[in-house]
Amino acid sequence: MDYSRHLGVDGTEHTLTVDARTTLLDALRDRLGVMSPKKGCDHGQCGACTVLIDGRRQNSCLALALSHDGAQVTTSNGLAENDELSDLHRSFLDHDAFQCGYCTPGQVCSAAGMLAEADRGAPSAVTEDLEAPVDLSSAEVRERMSGNLCRCGAYVNIVSAVREVAAQRTGKRAGQRSAARDDSARDPMTARAGDEESR
Amino acid sequence: MRPFDYQRAADTDDALIALADRPDAVYLAGGTNLVDHLKLGIIAPNLVVDISRLDLEQVSELDDHGLRIGAMVRNSDLAAHPLVRANYPMLSRALLSGASGQLRNAATTGGNLLQRTRCVYFQDASTPCNKREPGTGCSALEGFTRNHAILGASSSCIATHPSDMAVAMAALDAEVIVLTENGERRIPVVDLHRLPGEEPNRDTVLNHGDLIVAVELPAPGRGRSTYRKIRDRASYAFALVSVAARLDLDEAGRIREAAIALGGVAHKPWRATRAEEVLQGAEPNRESFTRAAEAELESAQPLPGNAFKVPMARGAIISVLTELAGRSGSSEGADDDG
Repeated sequence: MDYSRHLGVDGTEHTLTVDARTTLLDALRDRLGVMSPKKGCDHGQCGACTVLIDGRRQNSCLALALSHDGAQVTTSNGLAENDELSDLHRSFLDHDAFQCGYCTPGQVCSAAGMLAEADRGAPSAVTEDLEAPVDLSSAEVRERMSGNLCRCGAYVNIVSAVREVAAQRTGKRAGQRSAARDDSARDPMTARAGDEESR
Repeated sequence: MRPFDYQRAADTDDALIALADRPDAVYLAGGTNLVDHLKLGIIAPNLVVDISRLDLEQVSELDDHGLRIGAMVRNSDLAAHPLVRANYPMLSRALLSGASGQLRNAATTGGNLLQRTRCVYFQDASTPCNKREPGTGCSALEGFTRNHAILGASSSCIATHPSDMAVAMAALDAEVIVLTENGERRIPVVDLHRLPGEEPNRDTVLNHGDLIVAVELPAPGRGRSTYRKIRDRASYAFALVSVAARLDLDEAGRIREAAIALGGVAHKPWRATRAEEVLQGAEPNRESFTRAAEAELESAQPLPGNAFKVPMARGAIISVLTELAGRSGSSEGADDDG
């Protein structure tokens, strides 16, 4: 059955009629011609379809379009303003953070959402102190970006690209000392939670 | 995906009415599991009732200093909530160890509890599966069992429950608040999910149309607590074994109380009551921790493909308890997920 709904995409308002089965990803690509989000696995496992829904990063392949009636969706395209690349786009270019580029729009949207989460002080699975301000070490960026796969294996440069933007935005320089410390901080085979006091 | 009708529930009553007398209808919350199942052909409802915008998005402190968590609170918001981070770090840790940032932004508290197993045979509609189609048999029994149960399984089903959040909630003595056609019902999280028995198609004790509206946590227990998850890769993978534990020592340094739940080992979050009994009043040392772990795992019935989980769970329990007892600085335990 078809339903009529509203969707804001990258600053443009749309009214569209969709079958109930239509995912947000298919609505964007097949109905609205917004080709920035990509269909990789179509099961929420690869992150290529990541968009910001009302500012929060989500997998558009697992979202029914009807469920997001009235939402403002931002794709990687929408992060650019007046055809000017965003700092994240520019940093991905500067750091050679992709090869084929298929995962890149999802990576960029995920990074944008992740930086906002870190700004709000949201901890991650590798955060030692759940109540301390977030320091986006490379271990933190790797953990927070783990929902985005890159088949070309550009991960190292993606982490660098994202960290540089994080450092620029917070006005801090990503010091060599902390980078070196972060890289040797963790056993990669275990995701371990720190212990802490609970009253 | 088979065609279905869509309806947005205006409020909780509207939702209950929408599913009453409609066995072919399902609730949709965050959709991270349900939409996938629609695509995989595991379910084919005629009506999808969207409850994602119900006014159940608050986290509020209760008069007894417990916490009420609305069923539509997103996993990411719950993990980052100041009261959860400060008073229930085990729950924050469990939530943050699950899924990815994108999925946690969509997944809800109620939906996380009701997510279904990631058994590969359950998710493959072309294979026999008693959980998906009762009476067709269990493909996992003689198949790939790395992620399957070692405790409480049956000859009908050896699937595990995939949630991390629910394991922490089981250890925290949380209760689920459910609206039914006969009114409100409170169910301890440890009693929400079932062991498979002869009816593995029933994941929980809920009836069709029952609606989870909240989870309530009692006031934070004393002592130290944490959540440890062991998996095949460092992030974004389901648990092979996980341990949620709280350890409270008395003035003499003995164990006053231990609360332990295991994930990845059973059809439900596994509250380790035998281990807890062994620990009560015991000295917090490796010998007690080993006795506790072995008491809990005595009834384990592993298959060749998942027999590794028994020593893994044993090691994880010992390691986590050792860490909580304050020995994490010494050579044993701290970096040993064994």
